[in-house]
Amino acid sequence: MTITIETVQHIAHLAKLQLSDTEMSRLADEMEKIVGFADKLGELDIEGVKPTTHAVAVHNVLRDDELKPSYDRGKILQNAPERDAACFLVPKVVE
Amino acid sequence: MDEFKTVIGLEVHAELDTKSKIYCGCTTEFGGEENTHVCPICSGMPGVLPMLNRKVVEYCVRAGLALNCAINPYSRQDRKHYFYPDLPKAFQTSQFDQPLCLKGYVDIVADGQPKRIGITRIHIEEDAGKLIHEVGQTRVDYNRCGVPLIEIVTEPDFENSAQVHAFLEALREILLYTEVSNCKMEEGSLRCDVNLSIHRVGEPFGTRTEMKNLNSFSAAVAAVQYEAQRQRRVLSAGGKITQDTLRWDDAAGNNYVMRSKEDADEYFYFPEPDIMPMVLSDGYIDRIRQTLPELPAHRRERYVSQMGLPLYDAQLLTVSKFISDFFDQTVAAGAQPKSVSNFIMGDIMRLLNERGWAAEKLPISAQSMAELLSLIEKGAISNSMGSKVIEIMFDEAKSPTDIVQERGMAQVSDAGAIREMCRQVIAENPKIVDDYKGGKVKAITALVGQVMKMSRGKANPSMVNQLLEELLN
Repeated sequence: MTITIETVQHIAHLAKLQLSDTEMSRLADEMEKIVGFADKLGELDIEGVKPTTHAVAVHNVLRDDELKPSYDRGKILQNAPERDAACFLVPKVVE
Repeated sequence: MDEFKTVIGLEVHAELDTKSKIYCGCTTEFGGEENTHVCPICSGMPGVLPMLNRKVVEYCVRAGLALNCAINPYSRQDRKHYFYPDLPKAFQTSQFDQPLCLKGYVDIVADGQPKRIGITRIHIEEDAGKLIHEVGQTRVDYNRCGVPLIEIVTEPDFENSAQVHAFLEALREILLYTEVSNCKMEEGSLRCDVNLSIHRVGEPFGTRTEMKNLNSFSAAVAAVQYEAQRQRRVLSAGGKITQDTLRWDDAAGNNYVMRSKEDADEYFYFPEPDIMPMVLSDGYIDRIRQTLPELPAHRRERYVSQMGLPLYDAQLLTVSKFISDFFDQTVAAGAQPKSVSNFIMGDIMRLLNERGWAAEKLPISAQSMAELLSLIEKGAISNSMGSKVIEIMFDEAKSPTDIVQERGMAQVSDAGAIREMCRQVIAENPKIVDDYKGGKVKAITALVGQVMKMSRGKANPSMVNQLLEELLN
């Protein structure tokens, strides 16, 4: 599968990344290699094999609807790059 | 002028009324100090182990059964990726191709016409946090993040805003009766997005727009009317509709473009590895089905066709499940449906309103209510005395029989005593008596009033009327 500059642009846009032209052409090459590696799996004959979504065949792993104490706010905010006394702070975003 | 047809579909989000969040034990309570209902799981810290709340599955299945859906015996959660700070994980745990409920419907009546609205699917997902926009920065509060939601997606079956409104009312009622969501619009517990397109009659469907931020039923109605008209104007002027996501501005009464198709979302859905699939047995689904209450539309139908109540009564009685249950229990205890209905719609509603109480706070049991109505029916107290007894029952936990006895409220049906009072009133009111004898038949009601007053409301009013007529003629 060929990765075009347009594909890289699209992915960069979705990932909110700004890339220079050199970076984009380098990434196009690298991504093509990565996807090519994954394409190798396509050579396998999986006729009749059901898609697997989980590594173990376990289902209905559920918890009861019970309250547990929340964390101390200071702890939750502790590692935030930017915060005030009560909230995480992020650059202004408006939809 | 071309004739256009409008095609509308809805996506409704309802917050489920569980105690704890969908993947952790933090409370779902509305409000609270910012970031105090938060733990590492719902703030998206790495390495945590989310575990699905069993009530969330149960409530979604309940809603699905009440909306006539098929329940998927195998269901799974998926990650929906998007990068926005209201979701700390950069993905929302939702459902993609294996939702819990599929293919249901709701029957509505809009503009007097019955209409069936198809439900495409219902799935479970987590709510996002709240963004507080300030000058130059945005503050993020994750209290709401991880509150369980169901998303109800309808077929594009709506033709106008009246149908949208009727559907939202019906849906709200069903979610309240099944006790799946408290549906508090003001707290954002019920929210709706609108997909709308128009096309000329006989032509294929037009390009649709999606409208977000509809936080009340009236906003949904106004937004649908506005958008249908806007598209009509554009198409009539020879323009084209672009597939945009619009944001409704309720204060301004218009919408604006949030994003257009060029940056259409691409969510890269994939199966959620942290949450195991749900496998639901027929037994489990049947057990939930058996706990479903009788739904409001069915109750109204029963009240009208089996109990002979006017539709107006049936509608008022089913506004709340509690009141409707109270009505049914009082009738089951032996009372006449119409008398129960009259007292509920009159005195009980008035007293609840005056005190600002929710219906659930009604301090009268169905048994006592039936007892009171039987006192009236037997003639032991008058109807108006009944109203007074109800008022006393709001404040004192006593049976109506005890209240009537203690306060000497029993109706006087002793003909001798009533005749004596009538004589006295006739003697004291010669002018009214003249009016009556002069042909003003209605003047007798003033005399009845005087006798009732003299008896402090205890005289049997029909006997008073009868004896007065007897004495005057």
